[in-house]
Amino acid sequence: MDLKEKLISSYFAFEEQVDTDSEIHDIRSEAIKNFETVGFPSRKDEEWKYTSLKSLLKEDYSLFPKKEDTLDYKDVKQYLANDIDSYNIVFIDGIYSSYLSQTTHDKFDACLMSSALSKPKYKAIIDNYFNKIAPKGSGLNNLNTAFSKEGAFINIPKNIAADKPIQIINLSTGNESALMLQPRNLVIVGENSQVQIIERHQSLNDNPVFTNSVTEIFAEKRAIVDYYKIQNDRKTASLIDNTFVEQHQESLCSVHTFSFGGKLVRNNLEFYQKGERIDSTMKGVTIIEGKQHVDHNTLVHHIEPNCESHQDYKGIFDEKSTGVFNGKVYVEKEAQKTNAFQSNNNILLTDQATCNSKPQLEIFADDVACSHGCTIGQLDKDALFYLKSRGIPAKEAKALLMYAFANDVLESVKIPELKKRVNKMIAEKLSVNLGFDL
Amino acid sequence: MAYTEDDLKKELETKEYEYGFYTDIESDTFPVGLNEDIVRAISKKKNEPEWMTEWRLEAFRVWKEMEEPDWANVNYPKPDFQNISYYSAPNKKPKYDSLDEVDPELLDTFKKLGISLDEQKKLAGVAVDVVMDSVSVTTTFKKTLAEKGIIFCSISEAIQEHPELVKKYLGTVVPKTDNFYAALNSAVFSDGSFCYIPKGVRCPMELSTYFRINQAGTGQFERTLVVADKESYVSYLEGCTAPTRDENQLHAAVVELIALDDAEIKYSTVQNWFPGTKEGKGGVFNFVTKRGLCEDNAKISWTQVETGSAVTWKYPSCVLKGNNSIGEFYSIAVTNNYQQADTGTKMIHLGKNTRSTIISKGISAGKSQNSYRGLVQINKRAENARNFSQCDSLLMGNKCGAHTFPYIEVKNQSAQVEHEATTSKIGEDQIFYCNQRGIDTERAIALIVNGFSKEVLNKLPMEFAVEAQKLLEISLEGSVG
Repeated sequence: MDLKEKLISSYFAFEEQVDTDSEIHDIRSEAIKNFETVGFPSRKDEEWKYTSLKSLLKEDYSLFPKKEDTLDYKDVKQYLANDIDSYNIVFIDGIYSSYLSQTTHDKFDACLMSSALSKPKYKAIIDNYFNKIAPKGSGLNNLNTAFSKEGAFINIPKNIAADKPIQIINLSTGNESALMLQPRNLVIVGENSQVQIIERHQSLNDNPVFTNSVTEIFAEKRAIVDYYKIQNDRKTASLIDNTFVEQHQESLCSVHTFSFGGKLVRNNLEFYQKGERIDSTMKGVTIIEGKQHVDHNTLVHHIEPNCESHQDYKGIFDEKSTGVFNGKVYVEKEAQKTNAFQSNNNILLTDQATCNSKPQLEIFADDVACSHGCTIGQLDKDALFYLKSRGIPAKEAKALLMYAFANDVLESVKIPELKKRVNKMIAEKLSVNLGFDL
Repeated sequence: MAYTEDDLKKELETKEYEYGFYTDIESDTFPVGLNEDIVRAISKKKNEPEWMTEWRLEAFRVWKEMEEPDWANVNYPKPDFQNISYYSAPNKKPKYDSLDEVDPELLDTFKKLGISLDEQKKLAGVAVDVVMDSVSVTTTFKKTLAEKGIIFCSISEAIQEHPELVKKYLGTVVPKTDNFYAALNSAVFSDGSFCYIPKGVRCPMELSTYFRINQAGTGQFERTLVVADKESYVSYLEGCTAPTRDENQLHAAVVELIALDDAEIKYSTVQNWFPGTKEGKGGVFNFVTKRGLCEDNAKISWTQVETGSAVTWKYPSCVLKGNNSIGEFYSIAVTNNYQQADTGTKMIHLGKNTRSTIISKGISAGKSQNSYRGLVQINKRAENARNFSQCDSLLMGNKCGAHTFPYIEVKNQSAQVEHEATTSKIGEDQIFYCNQRGIDTERAIALIVNGFSKEVLNKLPMEFAVEAQKLLEISLEGSVG
């Protein structure tokens, strides 16, 4: 039985665990029907031309892991950015761990999707926002929607700046021989409100994990949202991250993606600008080796006038790794005075590494300034020579240059501790001690 | 009242297609429809040897199994391939020894097209092969070329007289099963040009082909094959026009270039098929496969000015097989009214130290859609490959669209690939600057558009650059001068 059939037939088992009388259940039933018709994407789909899910789909995943809550804080401490004073929402094998988490309902809600979906007091919010922007045509979204049950729910009312960042941590124990997870997150940031969110997926041993995550983010008028994704998982874990952002008038939203780990990582990141004077930023650093595969698929949909979008993706590819960038800027004809910038720079370190880049512009408005740039190349030999002539060994010199190359993206990270952490990850990834405190 | 961009837009919409006349020349047209008998009949008509007939039939059998591609960013009613006549030739047998014997009506046609054959013969020194409704009607300057050993004739003549060359090279760059339209062309191509430059010869003049669709309800399927032997050089020009008609006409050509070691081919196109009326009725469907193969140290340079056709679907490509070979692509695509263009290039780097340059300029006005679609592929063994791509789009009005779809695939660490694209409109400040200095808005727009396209126009041979500017004029009315 292939994975698609297995998922469809286990939907009936899933139905038994949830309340089938709710409206959410209608959404789920419709989604599983859609998934049945659409299925998993294949390389024949233009958007999946360079990424094949075949190797993921042949695994026999268990879909409903047994509850296991025996993790010690000290075992997982390193995966929580514990130097940051934050709210934590921690899931172990997709199940909420109250022991490791610190949630709040004080001024705003940083809690669980399951309680938001079931408690009447959240009904209005769920009706308004749940599954509203995740595209209905995508098989993976539909699959996630059908099995949507748990995840983070963050709801920040008007005029509130969250007092500390919120971390969403998904841990998998590897107690199952292969596990499929489908977290579903919803983030609503009200007028004039502000929040910073860090998201991370981590498996604790080498059993394969396949995560198909969907996150919907709504930024109301003048809201400020910063979202950081740390993808530094083991090389047996794969992640498909679907993130959809709807922005309203004068809101600022940024998504940073740091991809260092994982076997196959696919980021579908889509921004919809539904108001004027919106600013959207999407940045990413990818440093991978071995047979890793990281695919960034972005879309910015400019619907209203006077908005901006900035995209900056950098990649360093070693050994037999593959990098894909597929970025699209879509400017509607009403969206005059749009400024859209897109840049994708890549360094290949070996002849076995591959980089595929497809930066696209689709523009229907005339009064716009849109540009994209894409480069694929290698480190500057003169710069390397300069460093070496000053007594810096080749390996460190290379690392320094690569660090400098990636640094543009790091500069806009607003949480200093996080910046430090990512810097450390980069140094580790390049396996050097850069000799100064990054 | 000041001349504004809106006025320009209005003028653009109403501007008539200058080459929309129809010449009443009796012609020999095949019944509509396509089957093996038609393919055989075309081959027989051309008095082709057995191997050629077989080649065509093979292509036809493959074509029957193929589906029309629909990935391009264009919308159009699919042509009914059984409702097209696949062969139409001016009736009077076109075998002329000198221009005096040419049908005066034909000569008239060419005069209207602005290619006075004898004038050009003397002044410009351009050898012209004219293809009307798929059949080559005249080739000038043959004798001068023959002295150098250069073969420049229609492809049907080449099949008769130089079968060894045609057999060796035909279909080697664009296989007959390459894609839907290439297969169709391989099965039914009625004529085209053939050019062979012997080893070490520098072709002393520009070679040129003029294509014209004249008959109603016909498709034009011509095939061009240019072979530049070692250390030779040739510059080749191609121009096209068609009469104004309500229905869509199909043009599916195949062009193959082969540049052997150290050879250089420069291929320029000024494409001005009938673009359809301002309501978007009629016009030519231009589905063309063009590809060149570079051996060691060879260079192929494509230059195109695309102003016509209702739908364009065209990607002149270079396969850089030899070490140190160079591929270039310079393009201006102008779309107006309801025109749609999906054009670009493919640069396939296979050899070491290969280089490619892509400069593409798109100008869209009216309700048109203009897309750039390009592939840069650096393969594993292509050490030190280098590519630079630049795609700029200019939008006039907010009913048109400009799209960029670049594909970049790199599998070698020593490659250097750069891609840049911008989309903008003519800046108000730029126009204001010109106005301030006493240049009226119309002239200012002309100046800016001209400057925008200059990089590409400069690459055209001199005789053609003048013509290309004229064509830009038709597409964007007096705004270019």
